[in-house]
Amino acid sequence: MSNTLLPALYNTMRRIRTFEERVSELFIKGESAGTMLHLSIGEELGPACVGTAMKNNDTFTTHHRGHGIFIARGGNPDKMLAEIAGKKDGYCKGKGGSMHIADMKLGHLGANAIVGGGIPTVVGAAMSYKYLKEERVSVAFFGDGAMQQGILYESMNMAALWKLPVVFCCINNQYGMGTKIEDAVGIKDFSKRAKSFGLNTLHINDLDVEDAYYKSKEIIESARKFQPGFIEVECYRFFGHARMDKSPYRKESEEKEKRKLDPISYAKSKLIKNNILNENEIDKIDNNIMNEMDNAMEFALKSPLNDEKEIFKDVYSKNDPMPVSVHEKIKKILSN
Amino acid sequence: MSDLKKNYFDKITYRDALRLAMHDAMLEDKKIIIMGEDIAKYGGAYGATKDLLNLFGNERVIDTPISESAIVGAALGAAMSGLRPIAELMYVDFFGMSMDQIANQLAKIRYMFGGQISAPMVLRAQGGTGRSGGAQHSQSLESWIMHTPGLYLTMPAKPNDAYHLLRHALKIDNPTIFIEHKLLYNTSGFLDKNDPNFLFGKANVLREGKDISIISYSRMTNFAENAADQLNKENISVEVIDLRTLNPLDRETIIKSVKKTKRALVISESYYTSSVPSEITSIIFENCFKILKKPVIRYTAEDTPVPVAPNLEKNYIPTIEKIVEYSKKLCN
Ligand SMILES: Cc1ncc(C[n+]2csc(CCOP(=O)(O)OP(=O)(O)O)c2C)c(N)n1
Ligand SMILES: [Mg+2]
Repeated sequence: MSNTLLPALYNTMRRIRTFEERVSELFIKGESAGTMLHLSIGEELGPACVGTAMKNNDTFTTHHRGHGIFIARGGNPDKMLAEIAGKKDGYCKGKGGSMHIADMKLGHLGANAIVGGGIPTVVGAAMSYKYLKEERVSVAFFGDGAMQQGILYESMNMAALWKLPVVFCCINNQYGMGTKIEDAVGIKDFSKRAKSFGLNTLHINDLDVEDAYYKSKEIIESARKFQPGFIEVECYRFFGHARMDKSPYRKESEEKEKRKLDPISYAKSKLIKNNILNENEIDKIDNNIMNEMDNAMEFALKSPLNDEKEIFKDVYSKNDPMPVSVHEKIKKILSN
Repeated sequence: MSDLKKNYFDKITYRDALRLAMHDAMLEDKKIIIMGEDIAKYGGAYGATKDLLNLFGNERVIDTPISESAIVGAALGAAMSGLRPIAELMYVDFFGMSMDQIANQLAKIRYMFGGQISAPMVLRAQGGTGRSGGAQHSQSLESWIMHTPGLYLTMPAKPNDAYHLLRHALKIDNPTIFIEHKLLYNTSGFLDKNDPNFLFGKANVLREGKDISIISYSRMTNFAENAADQLNKENISVEVIDLRTLNPLDRETIIKSVKKTKRALVISESYYTSSVPSEITSIIFENCFKILKKPVIRYTAEDTPVPVAPNLEKNYIPTIEKIVEYSKKLCN
């Protein structure tokens, strides 16, 4: 039992959930930049198992519901929360927000607010790793909604054709906004689609994060040997689509039932049952995480706002001139 | 929906005016269907199609998968084959996903096929800043459309116009791109279903004035009106023009107004370069060159992507204070 990864995986999932709870609080305090906040509560298993199975140098893109994935890949909660608050110390200087967190140093090639928008990026990343002879895998994370975007299939085909070190990972939380997956697809067997393109496939549909980790690892390591793969992780979005959505399109009884499928409670019971950790030890982990996320909250709240010049930075390379502000242009015309 | 049968409302929201327009049009014309992401059960991301599923059923009010390219393309095919679809894209930014279907297909089929067929459909979307939606959920992309011959383009600011423009667009044979604004849905105004003054393709002169013409459309029209009220108190008489439709574009009203006021400020929430104001400004220079007392000023958002941080986003677009300031400078 000593070499079990379960405590680490539990820790990751708990950190994701506690982080998302703080995002929610940030919104309640009126301190979030907008309300387009998509939480991964209930969906922690996929990010934890696939994120942990990736190696240090591996890279990834995420969809709009990407906080959890980045936490699993080492994202710094301080800078994430500051970004979500639109502050200067955020990952993207407060210019990207919740849906655009990125950190090139940690291989996060960017969260995307366009459903499917970040998928082909990993194909290109993998082309460059293969060409440069770097042993790296690039993973695209996206929702079940993106399974209906043509760009996914263009990307899968290229990955298979050129034998690229790529994994496509669909976090299937059963809904795209208010639309249930059954109302969006003719067949629900996503692996079948991926297989027909020539990808290795894995369908995860249970609560055992450790088991899911080992299976994901196989897919990722095959990809490293140029056999691209596809992973579908089924889960349930515990709350609304974004922070404001109260999910009027589904029954409370359904939510109540599905929320029982909680990967964190499951992992906790397993830790106790298998005598890996006792309740006290788990409480201690949880408390440490609470402290960590409280600190992140404090960091985000204290971080200053960016000044207006920031609007014009990063449009073009640092070596090139910034765009001239409309006000400057007008001033010049008026002074003629 | 309140009072489906009423013909006059003192006060109705922009959202309800749109819903009512779709409702009335669908009652009148059985060939109208609506399709888009989360438009049926959810009622639309901004509630513009709420209740229509209950009233018209799922054969006419259709939730689609998240497949923007095929939504527009399939609507186009249906329009060529006997229906009159309203397709909705949740954000105008997603035109990026569908641009081939919009610009290479929808805009071209009548001309390319020698006038054999029309695609009578409306493509609705909403744009603009104000919700910290960031670079991919806050743009104003009307000039993409205006730069594409074959597409009508409307961007109403007022509930009454929203209603009539949509009703009209659902009667004509030209594909019409209908762009709403995310911060207008909750604004309200009157609606007169029998408005005798409404004319499709005609700009609306909201305030008559003699010192300066402020020309705008969509949400910026409300900014212009607000600025005009402030300027009035300082004895500057402002003519406020709401373009309402960008194609057809009412050049006549613009030129007539500027010939009278001899000064013009053109406002929009889009990027500055190659924008709708760029076009309006050229029209004014071309036609009013001799009588202009000052250069025409375009006041738009910045030539940068839209930042998320609320403090940056707020000053990224035109503000009422600056509209007032620039108007004064043009008038002294
Ligand atoms: C191209 C595009 N279409 C539509 C949207 C609006 N939208 C944002 S999230 C979402 C649902 C996405 O569902 P899914 O991919 O399953 O991700 P989930 O939100 O369930 O994590 C939609 C329709 C978008 N952001 N981008
Ligand atoms: Mg989903």
